[in-house]
Amino acid sequence: MNSGVKVESDMVQTTKSEVRKKANKRPSFSGWKEDLAGYAFIGPMFIGTSILVLFPILSSFVLSFTDWNFVSGYQNAKFIGFKNFSKLLTNTLFLKGLVNNVLLILAVPITLLLSLALAVIINKYVYLKDLFKVIYFMPFISSIVAVAVVFQVLFHPTKGPINQLLLTLGVENPPGWIADVTFALPSVMLIMVWTGIGFNLIIYLAGLQNIPKELYEAAQIDGATAWSQFTKITIPLVSPTTFLLFVTGVISSFKVFDLIIVLTNGGPANSTITPVVYLYQQAFVELKTGYASAISLVMFVIILIITYIQFIGQKKWVNY
Amino acid sequence: MVARLDIRKLIVTVIMVLIGIAFLMPFLWMISASFKVEEDVLTFPIQWIPENWNVVENYKEVWTGSMPFLLLYWNSIKVTVLTTLVSCTISCLAAYGFAKINFKGRDFIFLIVLATFMIPPQTLLVTQFLLYRWLGLYDTHTGLILLNSFSVFGTFMLRQFYLGISNEIIESARMDGAGHFRIFTSIALPLVRPAIATYAVLRFIWTWNDFQNPLIFLRSKELYTIQLGVQSFSDQHGSVYSLMMAASVSAILPLLIIFIIGQKNVIEGIQLGGVKG
Repeated sequence: MNSGVKVESDMVQTTKSEVRKKANKRPSFSGWKEDLAGYAFIGPMFIGTSILVLFPILSSFVLSFTDWNFVSGYQNAKFIGFKNFSKLLTNTLFLKGLVNNVLLILAVPITLLLSLALAVIINKYVYLKDLFKVIYFMPFISSIVAVAVVFQVLFHPTKGPINQLLLTLGVENPPGWIADVTFALPSVMLIMVWTGIGFNLIIYLAGLQNIPKELYEAAQIDGATAWSQFTKITIPLVSPTTFLLFVTGVISSFKVFDLIIVLTNGGPANSTITPVVYLYQQAFVELKTGYASAISLVMFVIILIITYIQFIGQKKWVNY
Repeated sequence: MVARLDIRKLIVTVIMVLIGIAFLMPFLWMISASFKVEEDVLTFPIQWIPENWNVVENYKEVWTGSMPFLLLYWNSIKVTVLTTLVSCTISCLAAYGFAKINFKGRDFIFLIVLATFMIPPQTLLVTQFLLYRWLGLYDTHTGLILLNSFSVFGTFMLRQFYLGISNEIIESARMDGAGHFRIFTSIALPLVRPAIATYAVLRFIWTWNDFQNPLIFLRSKELYTIQLGVQSFSDQHGSVYSLMMAASVSAILPLLIIFIIGQKNVIEGIQLGGVKG
């Protein structure tokens, strides 16, 4: 593709320079015609985004101050001020969801660590690089619903293959996985790590390829071990990538929905509930539209704050 | 020296292959279980190659039974292909506009569009749902297609590619009297074709796998997509694991084929775009 661009730009270059001699000044296209063309091109995108994103945000802001369910008609909407919010902040289920979500974030650094290790090995120490990319990428492109269904069976406390294996290996009381209140959330995290590795690995591989080879050669001449090359060169130089993946990982941990809905539906005993799952239940099972809008808004603010903190924090530890 | 290094590399490769197989174990188990008679699914040690085959019966039940995957496939293909087409068109146009046209308020509008990328889609569900009921788009495939069609990711990624086209080509075409639409179709579009292919494959995969939107915005069983089908199938046949696995295989297989065909595009696309959306 690049070569194509170059060939054409070279060709145009010559005509361009001839034109430039005549005009002797770079023509700048602007004015209302240019504006109109611009709006025409971005129009569909902008209108769609406005209707499907901007308008919903504004209207959930309004709805969050009402006590309403959508079945009862607009005339029955009642303005109740901040009641939804005060109810929400004392709601143990919502708060538990928040705590669970914070725990789910722990899956992010674990994924990052494993992905980086695999990326370094695949980048330097193996044959068949492309094959490994495909292998580790497969869980990422597979449908989460199907994956959740498969793990439901694999995690079966008595008959599931995982626990059967643990029993034969001599583990006397294997965990009940998604049926066990203490192990349900770690089980969800395990699947998150498994599906997330592919994506992180691919991005890390791109990051590793940008590290100049001379650095490693110089380190080798100085007699640095592979480990100190890894800690002194690789880790600092991929820190922008780590940052990018950490930010997107944290944000996407707030979006985990399919996996929990299909795998555990928030159970057992709400041990895997998250704010998003709670939001879904309140909005579409309990039909509390106003209350659910308040949850949306709180979530929205939390994500904004987290993103903001992360961008401030990056200055401290990212080397650009 | 060289030969010794090669042997080391070979050993690492073999170890990595073993780790890779362990990594893919859930898939291998799923495929193997979908071929078995129900009694053999949970026998231990695992029969990776089934002793009693039940392939035809399992897949026949999944494809033509009470939750017929034939219909689900048709729905999913329809929604996914149309979403991919519409989304590529819209993103391509917008990306060109943001990259190559100098219009008033461009950077500000781009910033707004980019900011919407941060918003978790779940926080929009409630009001989107109300809007859809009001517009009559609830429980329609059209509504579902529109939901995934306005992609910030696609616009952003394609914009990066358009930025790579030199302005001089555009400007000289402008001086020759070509309008932006003409430039877009005959110069810009052919140059970013590989990027469009990448985005198309990604959009296809994400739309095919989308569970949340069909769950909220579809109600009629005859409109269900594959992902909803797998869930209701596992609700109905929750204890018949061989059938559940055949359903899961059916849901994943087309994607694997698409991924293996477009493998290079997908991986490069993700590296370029950097983020999923």
